[in-house]
Amino acid sequence: MQLANDLTDKTAIELNHISYSDDNLDIIKDISGVLPEGKITTFVGPSGAGKTTIFRLMNGLISPTKGELFLFGENIQTIEPTTLRRTVGIALQDATMLRGSVYKNLAMPKTLQNQGLEKEEAEHLLTQVGMDASFLNRDVSDLSGGQLQKISIARTLVNRPKVLLLDEITSSLDRVSTSDIEHLIQHINQEFAVTIAWITHNLEQALHIGDYTWVMMNGELIESGSTDLLKNPSNPRVQKFMKGGWQ
Amino acid sequence: MSFLNLSLSLIFVLIPLILSKTLNLGLGKDTFIATIRSIIQLIAVGYVLTFVFESGSYLFIILMVALMIGAATHNAQKKGASIKGIIWKLILTFIFIEILTQSILLGFQITPPTAQYIIPISGMVVGNSMVLSILFLNRFTAEIQTQKKETELLLSLGGTPKQAIHLPLIHSIKASLIPTIESQKTIGLVQLPGMMSGQIIAGADPIQAVQFQLLILFLLLTTAAVTSIMLGFLSYPTLFNERMQMLKIKINEEE
Repeated sequence: MQLANDLTDKTAIELNHISYSDDNLDIIKDISGVLPEGKITTFVGPSGAGKTTIFRLMNGLISPTKGELFLFGENIQTIEPTTLRRTVGIALQDATMLRGSVYKNLAMPKTLQNQGLEKEEAEHLLTQVGMDASFLNRDVSDLSGGQLQKISIARTLVNRPKVLLLDEITSSLDRVSTSDIEHLIQHINQEFAVTIAWITHNLEQALHIGDYTWVMMNGELIESGSTDLLKNPSNPRVQKFMKGGWQ
Repeated sequence: MSFLNLSLSLIFVLIPLILSKTLNLGLGKDTFIATIRSIIQLIAVGYVLTFVFESGSYLFIILMVALMIGAATHNAQKKGASIKGIIWKLILTFIFIEILTQSILLGFQITPPTAQYIIPISGMVVGNSMVLSILFLNRFTAEIQTQKKETELLLSLGGTPKQAIHLPLIHSIKASLIPTIESQKTIGLVQLPGMMSGQIIAGADPIQAVQFQLLILFLLLTTAAVTSIMLGFLSYPTLFNERMQMLKIKINEEE
């Protein structure tokens, strides 16, 4: 099994022989790898490869059946779960919302800590993700899938995570919005040194946004390293992937 | 009422039996079994109550209440089978409700400390608590499933299990309380409560009967609120592990 990526970088998250099974089904099979600190790592691979499960493991929503995960060198099993989840933020593809206004959703991470979110900060978050501040009082049930994805990203940023896990967050967005989000994530990454992990089915996106890439298939990490590996993959299965032959 | 009159009341059983047969409803067997069971159970209870009332022993009163709690637990636990340790949670809830209500009734001398009062009131309290438990557990297990994504979202944002399950829990508590509150709004207008009707038929002063009925209604309000809230707060921690992760629950589709 390969230990991924450039080990000269500091490590934000390290997976050490991680396996995860559910109902006797092996979803993640003995994966080892690292997310370099302050870098953008893209996750590519077909549906059902286990990419989202890896993210859920990193955010602590589930625990590995075998192996250990480290966050900045500390075993995540020893980190208090709420602290872990505020440090490792996650925005999921389905952009689940709570009933009510955009503001209520944006303020939720603060509400959970018995704090409030300043209106100005909420408006700033909205403009950061390319939405007009007037959306603040709109009901989330009136918004499109793309708008919900943007709000989901903004909501995750409220906790100011050190690691940001993004699960196909631009899949419902048009080209302009996708570009806005890519710039925002790059800005967050560069300005605040936030480590980013980004699942995408868009290889072009993976190539131009990622510093590093993990290629996953059937619960295995079949190749990882600098994103350039996607240009000249050594693994035959990755070569097939690049030719669009996954499905 | 004479035995002849009671026998004649079986006409009210014959009517649904004939209707079931005529319309092929397939309920004849169940109706027949329900009738036989109710006759045997009520006659047995009649003899047991006579014995307990005459003995005046508190041990028998406690045994009767324990029997009620056992039967109520057996009935309600099927709806909460997916919740770990539901039997003990139900038993604890029923015992707490029983102690709370009887402490108030006997402590303030609202009712005398005799079997004639303690047993029927306990029956109403535990019975109502059982129905509330079933309503609550039914709704709660459904809410957990339908709001799973929202619950996990709150956990992923750094919420505690209590914060994450708050909405499904509150919805379930409210939903289980609504029938009790709504039925009390129309009581006396749409229907006369069974206990009050029974007392009036037995020849009691209607005002006296109303006073007792009001006592029971107020009692049942407390029972309803405490049952749902207590069962809810006892149940939700079992849905999460020590890492604040939501555990899978298996819902029996037949329930």
